[in-house]
Amino acid sequence: MFDSYMESTLRYFPDRCINCRRCTQVCPHGVFAEGEHRAELVCSAGCMECGACALNCPVQAIEVQSGVGCAWAMISAALRGKDMDSCECSCGGPESSCCGLTKEDPCSCGAEKRNQQ
Amino acid sequence: MIQTKDETHPTSSACSCSTCGPEQPTPCCSGSSARYSPEIHTTTSVITGADRWDHFLARWGVNRMGHIVAPGLYRLGNPTGDSPVFASANYTLSFDALRSALAGIDCYILVLHTKGINVWCAAGKGTFGTDELVQRIESTGLSGIVSPRRIILPQLAAPGVSAHEVARRSGFSVEYAPVRARDLSPYLAAHTATREMRTVKFTLAERLVLAPMELVHAALPTIAAAIILFSLAGPFAALAAVAAVLAGTVLFPALLPILPTHDFSTKGFILGAVIAIPFSIIFALIPEMSGFAEIVAVLVPLLVIPAVTAYLALNFTGSTTFTSRTGVKKEIFRYVPAMVMMAGAGTVLWVALGILRFMGVA
Repeated sequence: MFDSYMESTLRYFPDRCINCRRCTQVCPHGVFAEGEHRAELVCSAGCMECGACALNCPVQAIEVQSGVGCAWAMISAALRGKDMDSCECSCGGPESSCCGLTKEDPCSCGAEKRNQQ
Repeated sequence: MIQTKDETHPTSSACSCSTCGPEQPTPCCSGSSARYSPEIHTTTSVITGADRWDHFLARWGVNRMGHIVAPGLYRLGNPTGDSPVFASANYTLSFDALRSALAGIDCYILVLHTKGINVWCAAGKGTFGTDELVQRIESTGLSGIVSPRRIILPQLAAPGVSAHEVARRSGFSVEYAPVRARDLSPYLAAHTATREMRTVKFTLAERLVLAPMELVHAALPTIAAAIILFSLAGPFAALAAVAAVLAGTVLFPALLPILPTHDFSTKGFILGAVIAIPFSIIFALIPEMSGFAEIVAVLVPLLVIPAVTAYLALNFTGSTTFTSRTGVKKEIFRYVPAMVMMAGAGTVLWVALGILRFMGVA
């Protein structure tokens, strides 16, 4: 009751875990803890869906629909008829300066072409 | 902030890679690091009065996107080829927190182009990301400057950086340091972090430092509403508008953990109701009102103020360190309709009361 944060989109597949412990290093809320043979999901309700664990898991043992839990951004998107899950931000700056919505000029310094985020 | 530039490698006439950065995002040379002439900026760990003034302005949202540091490689102290490399965002608050925490440590700081946004937000947006990190390692010729191919990132960069992907693409292994820069010193002694160092908190000070920005966002509509209410209904109505906004933007962040219930909206409704009660009493005591008018006068603040405060409270989710998108979306669908109905009903009742009193009925 009056707790909308009990569930998240976090999914953990322990059978894929290689116990590299990256998830325990990157989670800002102690959702994962070190186990003897594999990481343990100890506090699923604490997940804020930042996506750090999934992005840093080298064997895709973690899945999460990452996003920013910002009501202002979601309500603004809804009012403008956009998808609430679209990448909008509340940073207050022009859209081009955040969210990575605009394409950057490619710099050939890198061996690899920039992927659009 | 002291930042001077000096060149550690002779500039090649064939290449102008030292200008490859956000200020001049034009394509530049594509050779290996050996062909680069990277500039290494110099910084210190001293936070000057000017830096503190810049931080103050940043907190108040003045020139919001202008608190930037030039991206690139910085030297702190007298680093050698074996010195550690830290990465940071090109937001002054982020960069200054890092360099001040590294006092006495000879090292390099790689500043990524995050468009003047802090590490965590930039990581969430992908600007403090794998691509930018790999590209910045290459454009600064970092592999030719340090021999241990290792870079220490703030933990909160992890939502944007894939450590194994960075290693695969750049050859640099990524190490995630603790959340807070001030924990760097004990971390560097053992290269392990406690669970406490890995956990994000949201202390009273951390919440209150966000209040100015919340206030700035709400300032214009609040002033407009207060002026309109003052001219139509007197000083107490104007004060009620200001109180509702201050409750949502300053009191709410301060009292967040101790307000009952878990959802931001319900916490806001409760706080708003507490703020509304004195106004209900004041309005009920207005002389020469009929029984109906008194009831309406009591109801209007109880409907409108909690709705406004709850809405501002819900919007504070974007500033917090723990709300998930799934949860916030649930809150929006659960409570925003109630906020709209309460504010709408309160406004209709208030207008009706005004008309009736104007006609001398109530």
